[in-house]
Amino acid sequence: MASLKELKGRINSVKSTQKITKAKQMVAAAKLRKAQSAAEAARPYAERLAEVMASLAAKVSGDDAPKLLAGNGNDQKHLLVVVNTDKGLCGGLNANLVKAAKAKARELMAAGKTVEFYLVGKKGRAPIKRDYEKQIAAQFDTSNVRTPGFEEAEAISAELIEMFESAKFDVAHLVYPIFQSALAQDPTVQQLIPVPAPASAADTGAVVEYEPGEEEILAELLPRYVKTQLFGALLEREASEQGASMTAMDNATRNAGDLISKLTIQYNRSRQAAITTELVEIIAGAEAL
Amino acid sequence: MALHFELVTPARLVRSEDVHMVVVPGAEGEFGVLDGHAPFMSTIRDGALKVYKTENGAPEEIQVQGGFAEVSASGLTVLAEQVEG
Repeated sequence: MASLKELKGRINSVKSTQKITKAKQMVAAAKLRKAQSAAEAARPYAERLAEVMASLAAKVSGDDAPKLLAGNGNDQKHLLVVVNTDKGLCGGLNANLVKAAKAKARELMAAGKTVEFYLVGKKGRAPIKRDYEKQIAAQFDTSNVRTPGFEEAEAISAELIEMFESAKFDVAHLVYPIFQSALAQDPTVQQLIPVPAPASAADTGAVVEYEPGEEEILAELLPRYVKTQLFGALLEREASEQGASMTAMDNATRNAGDLISKLTIQYNRSRQAAITTELVEIIAGAEAL
Repeated sequence: MALHFELVTPARLVRSEDVHMVVVPGAEGEFGVLDGHAPFMSTIRDGALKVYKTENGAPEEIQVQGGFAEVSASGLTVLAEQVEG
Protein backbone atom coordinates (compact mmCIF):
# COMPACT_ATOMS: atom_id res chain seq x y z
CA MET A 1 0.00 0.00 0.00
CA ALA A 2 1.20 3.46 -0.89
CA SER A 3 2.44 5.57 1.97
CA LEU A 4 0.51 8.56 3.20
CA LYS A 5 2.98 10.97 1.69
CA GLU A 6 2.76 9.35 -1.72
CA LEU A 7 -1.02 9.46 -1.65
CA LYS A 8 -1.00 13.10 -0.70
CA GLY A 9 1.32 13.83 -3.58
CA ARG A 10 -0.96 12.07 -6.03
CA ILE A 11 -4.02 13.89 -4.76
CA ASN A 12 -2.27 17.21 -5.22
CA SER A 13 -1.12 16.40 -8.72
CA VAL A 14 -4.63 15.34 -9.80
CA LYS A 15 -5.98 18.51 -8.23
CA SER A 16 -3.69 20.71 -10.26
CA THR A 17 -4.58 18.80 -13.42
CA GLN A 18 -8.22 19.43 -12.62
CA LYS A 19 -7.52 23.12 -12.26
CA ILE A 20 -6.00 23.22 -15.72
CA THR A 21 -8.82 21.32 -17.39
CA LYS A 22 -11.39 23.46 -15.64
CA ALA A 23 -9.71 26.65 -16.78
CA LYS A 24 -9.50 25.36 -20.35
CA GLN A 25 -13.17 24.44 -20.21
CA MET A 26 -14.18 27.92 -19.12
CA VAL A 27 -11.99 29.54 -21.75
CA ALA A 28 -13.53 27.32 -24.40
CA ALA A 29 -17.04 28.15 -23.23
CA ALA A 30 -16.35 31.86 -23.50
CA LYS A 31 -14.70 31.52 -26.90
CA LEU A 32 -17.47 29.26 -28.15
CA ARG A 33 -20.04 31.99 -27.75
CA LYS A 34 -17.91 34.35 -29.79
CA ALA A 35 -17.12 31.80 -32.48
CA GLN A 36 -20.77 30.86 -32.75
CA SER A 37 -21.92 34.42 -33.23
CA ALA A 38 -19.18 34.95 -35.82
CA ALA A 39 -20.41 31.92 -37.72
CA GLU A 40 -23.95 33.23 -37.56
CA ALA A 41 -22.93 36.72 -38.69
CA ALA A 42 -21.30 35.26 -41.77
CA ARG A 43 -24.41 33.44 -42.88
CA PRO A 44 -26.29 36.29 -44.64
CA TYR A 45 -23.40 36.91 -47.02
CA ALA A 46 -23.08 33.24 -47.91
CA GLU A 47 -26.82 32.93 -48.45
CA ARG A 48 -27.09 35.98 -50.69
CA LEU A 49 -24.08 34.89 -52.66
CA ALA A 50 -25.53 31.42 -53.16
CA GLU A 51 -28.81 32.95 -54.36
CA VAL A 52 -27.08 35.17 -56.87
CA MET A 53 -24.89 32.30 -58.00
CA ALA A 54 -27.90 30.10 -58.55
CA SER A 55 -29.70 32.64 -60.69
CA LEU A 56 -26.57 33.36 -62.73
CA ALA A 57 -25.41 29.78 -63.15
CA ALA A 58 -28.77 28.88 -64.61
CA LYS A 59 -28.30 31.53 -67.30
CA VAL A 60 -24.68 30.89 -68.16
CA SER A 61 -24.21 27.29 -69.08
CA GLY A 62 -22.87 25.22 -71.89
CA ASP A 63 -19.54 25.81 -73.53
CA ASP A 64 -18.90 29.36 -72.46
CA ALA A 65 -19.30 28.57 -68.76
CA PRO A 66 -16.14 29.40 -66.83
CA LYS A 67 -13.84 26.53 -65.89
CA LEU A 68 -14.48 27.00 -62.20
CA LEU A 69 -18.12 26.13 -62.77
CA ALA A 70 -17.93 23.53 -65.52
CA GLY A 71 -14.60 21.91 -64.58
CA ASN A 72 -11.73 21.35 -66.96
CA GLY A 73 -13.21 18.26 -68.50
CA ASN A 74 -11.18 15.78 -66.47
CA ASP A 75 -11.99 13.82 -63.37
CA GLN A 76 -8.70 12.17 -62.60
CA LYS A 77 -6.77 14.19 -60.06
CA HIS A 78 -8.59 14.89 -56.82
CA LEU A 79 -7.51 17.24 -54.10
CA LEU A 80 -8.78 16.92 -50.55
CA VAL A 81 -8.71 20.18 -48.64
CA VAL A 82 -8.77 19.10 -45.00
CA VAL A 83 -9.51 21.76 -42.41
CA ASN A 84 -8.14 20.75 -39.01
CA THR A 85 -7.58 22.73 -35.85
CA ASP A 86 -4.25 24.10 -34.74
CA LYS A 87 -4.56 23.12 -31.11
CA GLY A 88 -5.34 19.89 -29.38
CA LEU A 89 -7.34 19.31 -26.20
CA CYS A 90 -10.53 19.07 -28.20
CA GLY A 91 -11.48 15.42 -27.89
CA GLY A 92 -12.01 13.39 -31.00
CA LEU A 93 -12.62 16.29 -33.35
CA ASN A 94 -9.41 16.04 -35.34
CA ALA A 95 -9.41 12.26 -35.29
CA ASN A 96 -12.90 12.26 -36.77
CA LEU A 97 -11.93 14.73 -39.47
CA VAL A 98 -8.90 12.72 -40.45
CA LYS A 99 -11.00 9.57 -40.49
CA ALA A 100 -13.51 11.19 -42.84
CA ALA A 101 -10.74 12.46 -45.10
CA LYS A 102 -9.07 9.06 -45.25
CA ALA A 103 -12.35 7.33 -45.99
CA LYS A 104 -12.95 9.70 -48.89
CA ALA A 105 -9.38 9.19 -50.12
CA ARG A 106 -9.77 5.42 -50.06
CA GLU A 107 -13.06 5.66 -51.90
CA LEU A 108 -11.53 7.83 -54.61
CA MET A 109 -8.45 5.66 -54.92
CA ALA A 110 -10.58 2.55 -55.20
CA ALA A 111 -12.21 4.25 -58.18
CA GLY A 112 -8.77 4.64 -59.75
CA LYS A 113 -8.27 8.35 -59.12
CA THR A 114 -5.16 10.01 -57.83
CA VAL A 115 -5.61 11.79 -54.53
CA GLU A 116 -3.62 14.59 -52.99
CA PHE A 117 -4.07 16.50 -49.78
CA TYR A 118 -4.06 20.18 -48.98
CA LEU A 119 -3.91 20.59 -45.22
CA VAL A 120 -5.18 23.56 -43.30
CA GLY A 121 -4.29 23.62 -39.62
CA LYS A 122 -1.62 21.79 -37.68
CA LYS A 123 -3.37 18.83 -36.16
CA GLY A 124 -4.12 16.99 -39.37
CA ARG A 125 -0.55 16.83 -40.54
CA ALA A 126 0.86 13.99 -38.50
CA PRO A 127 -1.96 11.44 -38.88
CA ILE A 128 -2.34 12.03 -42.62
CA LYS A 129 1.38 12.01 -43.17
CA ARG A 130 1.54 8.58 -41.56
CA ASP A 131 -0.55 7.02 -44.32
CA TYR A 132 -0.13 9.30 -47.31
CA GLU A 133 3.22 10.94 -46.91
CA LYS A 134 3.90 11.45 -50.62
CA GLN A 135 0.46 12.78 -51.40
CA ILE A 136 0.50 15.95 -49.35
CA ALA A 137 0.53 18.68 -51.97
CA ALA A 138 0.63 21.71 -49.74
CA GLN A 139 -0.11 22.98 -46.26
CA PHE A 140 -1.52 26.19 -44.99
CA ASP A 141 -0.59 27.43 -41.57
CA THR A 142 -3.26 29.23 -39.59
CA SER A 143 -1.54 28.96 -36.24
CA ASN A 144 0.12 32.36 -36.38
CA VAL A 145 -3.13 34.32 -36.25
CA ARG A 146 -5.48 34.31 -33.31
CA THR A 147 -8.73 33.93 -35.18
CA PRO A 148 -8.47 32.98 -38.81
CA GLY A 149 -10.57 35.38 -40.83
CA PHE A 150 -11.32 36.41 -44.34
CA GLU A 151 -7.70 37.13 -45.22
CA GLU A 152 -6.74 33.54 -44.57
CA ALA A 153 -9.68 32.31 -46.60
CA GLU A 154 -8.58 34.63 -49.37
CA ALA A 155 -5.02 33.33 -49.31
CA ILE A 156 -6.16 29.70 -49.34
CA SER A 157 -8.60 30.20 -52.18
CA ALA A 158 -6.05 32.14 -54.23
CA GLU A 159 -3.61 29.27 -53.88
CA LEU A 160 -6.25 26.67 -54.71
CA ILE A 161 -7.46 28.52 -57.78
CA GLU A 162 -3.91 28.92 -58.99
CA MET A 163 -3.32 25.21 -58.54
CA PHE A 164 -6.53 24.52 -60.41
CA GLU A 165 -5.57 26.76 -63.29
CA SER A 166 -2.15 25.17 -63.62
CA ALA A 167 -3.99 21.82 -63.77
CA LYS A 168 -2.49 20.42 -60.59
CA PHE A 169 -5.89 18.94 -59.81
CA ASP A 170 -9.25 18.52 -61.48
CA VAL A 171 -11.64 18.29 -58.57
CA ALA A 172 -11.27 19.63 -55.03
CA HIS A 173 -13.22 18.48 -52.03
CA LEU A 174 -13.44 20.34 -48.77
CA VAL A 175 -13.38 18.33 -45.54
CA TYR A 176 -14.43 20.33 -42.50
CA PRO A 177 -16.47 20.00 -39.33
CA ILE A 178 -20.00 21.35 -39.19
CA PHE A 179 -20.85 22.64 -35.76
CA GLN A 180 -24.13 21.13 -34.58
CA SER A 181 -23.77 21.61 -30.85
CA ALA A 182 -21.10 21.43 -28.20
CA LEU A 183 -21.58 17.66 -28.24
CA ALA A 184 -21.70 17.01 -31.97
CA GLN A 185 -19.47 18.27 -34.74
CA ASP A 186 -19.97 16.32 -37.92
CA PRO A 187 -17.09 16.04 -40.35
CA THR A 188 -18.43 16.88 -43.79
CA VAL A 189 -17.07 16.32 -47.27
CA GLN A 190 -18.20 18.78 -49.88
CA GLN A 191 -17.16 19.47 -53.44
CA LEU A 192 -15.41 22.82 -53.71
CA ILE A 193 -14.00 23.08 -57.24
CA PRO A 194 -15.57 22.97 -59.77
CA VAL A 195 -18.31 24.80 -57.96
CA PRO A 196 -21.29 22.48 -57.80
CA ALA A 197 -24.18 24.04 -59.69
CA PRO A 198 -26.53 25.27 -57.00
CA ALA A 199 -30.15 24.33 -57.13
CA SER A 200 -31.59 26.99 -59.36
CA ALA A 201 -33.51 29.67 -57.56
CA ALA A 202 -37.13 30.26 -58.24
CA ASP A 203 -37.26 32.23 -61.45
CA THR A 204 -38.95 35.49 -60.70
CA GLY A 205 -39.58 36.03 -64.38
CA ALA A 206 -38.10 39.49 -64.17
CA VAL A 207 -35.62 40.46 -66.84
CA VAL A 208 -32.40 41.28 -65.07
CA GLU A 209 -29.90 43.55 -66.66
CA TYR A 210 -26.26 42.77 -66.17
CA GLU A 211 -23.37 45.12 -66.11
CA PRO A 212 -20.82 44.21 -67.54
CA GLY A 213 -22.05 40.88 -69.00
CA GLU A 214 -23.34 37.75 -67.32
CA GLU A 215 -20.11 35.86 -68.00
CA GLU A 216 -17.96 38.62 -66.57
CA ILE A 217 -19.99 38.79 -63.41
CA LEU A 218 -19.96 35.04 -63.04
CA ALA A 219 -16.21 34.95 -63.62
CA GLU A 220 -15.76 37.38 -60.79
CA LEU A 221 -18.29 35.71 -58.60
CA LEU A 222 -16.93 32.17 -58.66
CA PRO A 223 -13.62 32.89 -56.90
CA ARG A 224 -15.59 34.86 -54.38
CA TYR A 225 -17.86 31.91 -53.84
CA VAL A 226 -14.91 29.59 -53.25
CA LYS A 227 -13.51 32.12 -50.83
CA THR A 228 -16.76 32.34 -48.94
CA GLN A 229 -16.98 28.56 -48.68
CA LEU A 230 -13.50 28.44 -47.18
CA PHE A 231 -14.28 31.30 -44.86
CA GLY A 232 -17.38 29.46 -43.69
CA ALA A 233 -15.32 26.32 -43.14
CA LEU A 234 -12.80 28.23 -41.04
CA LEU A 235 -15.56 29.70 -38.91
CA GLU A 236 -17.21 26.32 -38.46
CA ARG A 237 -13.87 24.88 -37.50
CA GLU A 238 -13.39 27.57 -34.89
CA ALA A 239 -16.81 26.95 -33.34
CA SER A 240 -16.35 23.18 -33.50
CA GLU A 241 -12.96 23.36 -31.87
CA GLN A 242 -14.26 25.36 -28.95
CA GLY A 243 -17.36 23.21 -28.61
CA ALA A 244 -15.42 19.95 -28.68
CA SER A 245 -12.85 21.37 -26.33
CA MET A 246 -15.51 22.43 -23.86
CA THR A 247 -17.06 18.96 -23.80
CA ALA A 248 -13.74 17.15 -23.58
CA MET A 249 -12.51 19.37 -20.78
CA ASP A 250 -15.79 19.03 -18.92
CA ASN A 251 -15.33 15.26 -18.99
CA ALA A 252 -11.73 15.54 -17.91
CA THR A 253 -12.66 17.79 -15.00
CA ARG A 254 -15.31 15.35 -13.86
CA ASN A 255 -12.95 12.39 -14.13
CA ALA A 256 -10.36 14.23 -12.11
CA GLY A 257 -12.99 14.92 -9.45
CA ASP A 258 -13.87 11.21 -9.27
CA LEU A 259 -10.23 10.29 -8.99
CA ILE A 260 -9.67 12.84 -6.24
CA SER A 261 -12.52 11.52 -4.12
CA LYS A 262 -11.32 7.95 -4.58
CA LEU A 263 -7.81 8.87 -3.58
CA THR A 264 -9.04 10.89 -0.62
CA ILE A 265 -10.97 7.92 0.72
CA GLN A 266 -7.91 5.76 0.33
CA TYR A 267 -5.81 8.38 2.07
CA ASN A 268 -8.20 8.64 5.01
CA ARG A 269 -8.42 4.87 5.37
CA SER A 270 -4.68 4.42 5.52
CA ARG A 271 -4.35 7.31 7.94
CA GLN A 272 -6.89 5.68 10.26
CA ALA A 273 -5.20 2.33 9.89
CA ALA A 274 -1.92 3.93 10.92
CA ILE A 275 -3.53 5.53 13.97
CA THR A 276 -5.18 2.27 15.00
CA THR A 277 -1.91 0.37 14.74
CA GLU A 278 -0.19 2.99 16.85
CA LEU A 279 -2.89 2.80 19.53
CA VAL A 280 -2.79 -0.98 19.64
CA GLU A 281 0.97 -0.81 20.10
CA ILE A 282 0.68 1.65 22.97
CA ILE A 283 -2.04 -0.34 24.73
CA ALA A 284 -0.14 -3.58 24.31
CA GLY A 285 2.93 -1.88 25.72
CA ALA A 286 1.01 -0.57 28.74
CA GLU A 287 -0.51 -3.98 29.45
CA ALA A 288 2.86 -5.66 29.39
CA LEU A 289 4.09 -3.48 32.26
CA MET B 1 -41.62 55.22 -51.17
CA ALA B 2 -38.59 53.74 -49.58
CA LEU B 3 -35.88 51.55 -50.94
CA HIS B 4 -34.82 48.61 -48.85
CA PHE B 5 -31.05 48.70 -48.71
CA GLU B 6 -28.79 45.94 -47.40
CA LEU B 7 -25.02 46.04 -47.14
CA VAL B 8 -23.42 42.70 -46.36
CA THR B 9 -19.80 41.70 -45.83
CA PRO B 10 -18.48 38.21 -45.18
CA ALA B 11 -18.10 39.04 -41.52
CA ARG B 12 -21.50 40.61 -40.84
CA LEU B 13 -24.62 42.32 -42.02
CA VAL B 14 -23.58 45.96 -41.95
CA ARG B 15 -26.81 47.72 -42.88
CA SER B 16 -30.37 46.73 -43.35
CA GLU B 17 -32.64 49.74 -43.54
CA ASP B 18 -35.07 51.73 -45.66
CA VAL B 19 -33.55 54.69 -47.44
CA HIS B 20 -34.49 57.10 -50.18
CA MET B 21 -31.70 56.51 -52.68
CA VAL B 22 -28.31 54.87 -52.91
CA VAL B 23 -25.62 55.76 -55.44
CA VAL B 24 -23.46 52.74 -56.16
CA PRO B 25 -19.98 52.90 -57.75
CA GLY B 26 -20.58 50.32 -60.49
CA ALA B 27 -17.78 48.86 -62.58
CA GLU B 28 -19.02 50.75 -65.61
CA GLY B 29 -20.01 53.94 -63.89
CA GLU B 30 -21.98 55.12 -60.91
CA PHE B 31 -25.66 54.45 -60.79
CA GLY B 32 -28.36 55.61 -58.46
CA VAL B 33 -31.01 53.24 -57.20
CA LEU B 34 -34.43 54.46 -56.19
CA ASP B 35 -37.44 52.46 -55.16
CA GLY B 36 -38.94 50.60 -58.10
CA HIS B 37 -35.69 50.23 -60.02
CA ALA B 38 -35.66 47.52 -62.68
CA PRO B 39 -33.87 44.28 -61.75
CA PHE B 40 -30.21 44.88 -62.26
CA MET B 41 -26.89 43.40 -61.34
CA SER B 42 -23.45 44.90 -61.51
CA THR B 43 -19.99 44.40 -60.15
CA ILE B 44 -18.65 47.34 -58.21
CA ARG B 45 -15.29 49.00 -58.11
CA ASP B 46 -13.63 50.30 -54.97
CA GLY B 47 -15.28 53.54 -54.00
CA ALA B 48 -17.92 55.17 -51.90
CA LEU B 49 -21.55 54.19 -51.61
CA LYS B 50 -23.66 57.30 -51.17
CA VAL B 51 -26.70 56.68 -49.04
CA TYR B 52 -29.43 59.32 -49.15
CA LYS B 53 -31.72 58.74 -46.18
CA THR B 54 -34.10 61.50 -47.26
CA GLU B 55 -34.66 63.24 -50.54
CA ASN B 56 -32.89 66.46 -49.69
CA GLY B 57 -30.55 65.32 -46.95
CA ALA B 58 -26.81 65.12 -47.26
CA PRO B 59 -25.55 61.70 -48.37
CA GLU B 60 -23.76 59.37 -46.02
CA GLU B 61 -20.68 57.85 -47.61
CA ILE B 62 -19.55 54.30 -47.00
CA GLN B 63 -16.28 53.12 -48.50
CA VAL B 64 -16.54 49.66 -50.01
CA GLN B 65 -14.07 47.36 -51.71
CA GLY B 66 -14.76 44.60 -54.17
CA GLY B 67 -18.08 42.94 -54.63
CA PHE B 68 -21.29 43.47 -56.49
CA ALA B 69 -24.70 45.00 -56.23
CA GLU B 70 -28.00 43.40 -56.95
CA VAL B 71 -31.29 45.18 -57.44
CA SER B 72 -34.37 43.04 -57.22
CA ALA B 73 -38.00 43.56 -56.37
CA SER B 74 -37.14 43.35 -52.69
CA GLY B 75 -34.58 46.14 -52.85
CA LEU B 76 -30.89 46.72 -53.22
CA THR B 77 -28.32 44.31 -51.86
CA VAL B 78 -24.66 45.22 -51.91
CA LEU B 79 -22.25 42.37 -51.22
CA ALA B 80 -18.90 43.93 -50.46
CA GLU B 81 -15.70 42.26 -49.45
CA GLN B 82 -14.63 45.07 -47.20
CA VAL B 83 -16.40 48.04 -45.68
CA GLU B 84 -14.85 50.98 -43.94
CA GLY B 85 -16.63 52.91 -41.28
